[in-house]
Amino acid sequence: MENVPVIKVEKLVKRFPIGKGEFTALNGIDVQLSRGEFAGLVGPSGSGKTTLLNIIGSLDVPTEGEAFVLDRAISTLNAREAALLRKKELGFIFQSYNLLAVHTVFENVEFPLLLLNYTGSERNRMVMDALDWVGITDKVKSKPPQLSGGECQRIAIARAMVKKPSIVLADEPTANLDAANSHNILKTMETLNRELKTTFLFATHDDKVISYLRRKIYLVDGRVEKDENIKQ
Amino acid sequence: MKTAFKLAFRNLTGAGLRTWLNVIVLSFSFVVIIWMKGIIEGWNRQAKNDMTRWEIGGGQFWHEKYDPFDPFTLTESHAPVPEEFIPEVEKGVMEPYLIAQGSIYPRGRMQSIMIKGINPKQTIFLIPSHKLDTAVTEAIPAVIGSIMSKNLKIGVGDRMMIQWRDASGTFDASEILIREVFAANVPNIDQGQVYIPLEKLRSMMNLPGEATLITFRDGVSGISAAPPGWVHKTKQELTASVDKVIKMKSAGTSVFYAVLLLLAMLGIFDTQVLSIFRRQKEIGTYIALGYTRSQVVGLFTLEGTMNAVLAALVGAAYGLPFLAWQAKVGWTMPMDTSDFGMSIAQTLYPAFSAGLVIMTVLVIMLVTLIVSYWPSRRIAKMNPTEALRGRIQ
Repeated sequence: MENVPVIKVEKLVKRFPIGKGEFTALNGIDVQLSRGEFAGLVGPSGSGKTTLLNIIGSLDVPTEGEAFVLDRAISTLNAREAALLRKKELGFIFQSYNLLAVHTVFENVEFPLLLLNYTGSERNRMVMDALDWVGITDKVKSKPPQLSGGECQRIAIARAMVKKPSIVLADEPTANLDAANSHNILKTMETLNRELKTTFLFATHDDKVISYLRRKIYLVDGRVEKDENIKQ
Repeated sequence: MKTAFKLAFRNLTGAGLRTWLNVIVLSFSFVVIIWMKGIIEGWNRQAKNDMTRWEIGGGQFWHEKYDPFDPFTLTESHAPVPEEFIPEVEKGVMEPYLIAQGSIYPRGRMQSIMIKGINPKQTIFLIPSHKLDTAVTEAIPAVIGSIMSKNLKIGVGDRMMIQWRDASGTFDASEILIREVFAANVPNIDQGQVYIPLEKLRSMMNLPGEATLITFRDGVSGISAAPPGWVHKTKQELTASVDKVIKMKSAGTSVFYAVLLLLAMLGIFDTQVLSIFRRQKEIGTYIALGYTRSQVVGLFTLEGTMNAVLAALVGAAYGLPFLAWQAKVGWTMPMDTSDFGMSIAQTLYPAFSAGLVIMTVLVIMLVTLIVSYWPSRRIAKMNPTEALRGRIQ
């Protein structure tokens, strides 16, 4: 792990309007992640894990404070700059996979490369490499509804990793998977983290995921309660 | 843009039956609208062509007092054929007509008619005037149109009395023999009209060498200016009534196009609205993967618009053979067109042009684009984090 900060969150506050009042989802978060970390935001539902992940992913903006991703202040990015950041530097893995149902496995994984204007032959090579990492090279022509949950999540990982992003944000990636599939998925992500030096940040309350994390940032009611680094 | 096209195409073809249903309905609109416009254009051409060949030639000189809508002007609207036209008349480039009012007595009934004197040797019109060139002397040879024949229940070989008033106001009568019944699509030259030899009518009217109007052959150039007492009527002026009718008909059929388009657009609009709610997660995913919201709006609009592109291709696949076949065999009107009171053939041959097809395709594409964009604008207001979870109601 290199000591280069890729994510820096400073005094971050996020409030949502609820009726006539407001709900504070994040209340003064200070976190910093270096390149190559395999870290997780751990906490119960409503603790603010996904909200923080969304802000780091430039899908949302803070109410107060700032989140810096690769030295870019999220609250200052316009829609185009935020999209560019996501397109080039961030990979997302979702609880419910969010694969494009009418596209084949190959097309799903190819999608981020299309946005980055890679040539056809480059795309072909990179997609096959990514599918090889997750062990699904035999189902390139299948469509997501024809696949199991574990296979879908592997494709989602391949899609997130295919462009070799700096950071992968994974929101409850094992929530819909059984224990065996969860371990397989997590091992795959751990291997990719080691081999590609990609920073992984999870939002989870799943013990299986937590057991793989090398750093656990515990959130309770929108605050960092504990930041635990496990030396390996 | 290339990526958006690729994605839109994948999404569209991936949607399967839903897409094809929209595409087939829209392709039907393409074909029917082009066919109907082709029929109108074909009618326009046929009407003008028939008028040229049966009635107006390349244009006419009217006696200055001639008013086709006022039969009482006929007693005054005649004059000798101008000197400068005589060589042209002799060459057959111009043909004088003499028109008189009269009555016909078929089966003992009386019917007001126009008696038209026409040169039996003329070749400007399709009227079978050669049938008037006969040695029969006991009755005046005459030809009539099929509408007149049908209305008065008279036909070839029938004899009946006609009565007229000559130039000095004296009534006279004689028997005519129907030598031919012609079928034209131009009611102006048919209803209530009897054609007899020009020289015979001149002698009956005591108007030697005179004419009411003079028609010149279509395509003849260098027609001189109207001599005093005559008015030059161009082909465009004489076919203006057809343009008016066609314009009215075009406006009327536009309602039909609008209904057809509305049905097709309803399908696309409905699909777009449903898509935006059903595909929230997908929209959120596009944004997470690097699209801006406005790019997603563009993608959805493109998807909707590509329905029209696919419809144009599908429409071309079955529409081109159909339209080509129609242009060859024509469309026969299910009712008798002779009572329509306007120049219209029983079988209309649609006329298609590249301009007609391109314009129709462009208009439908534009309407589809608007209908696709309208509901897609909603995406621009979506919160991507909510969309990712499919939580937007």
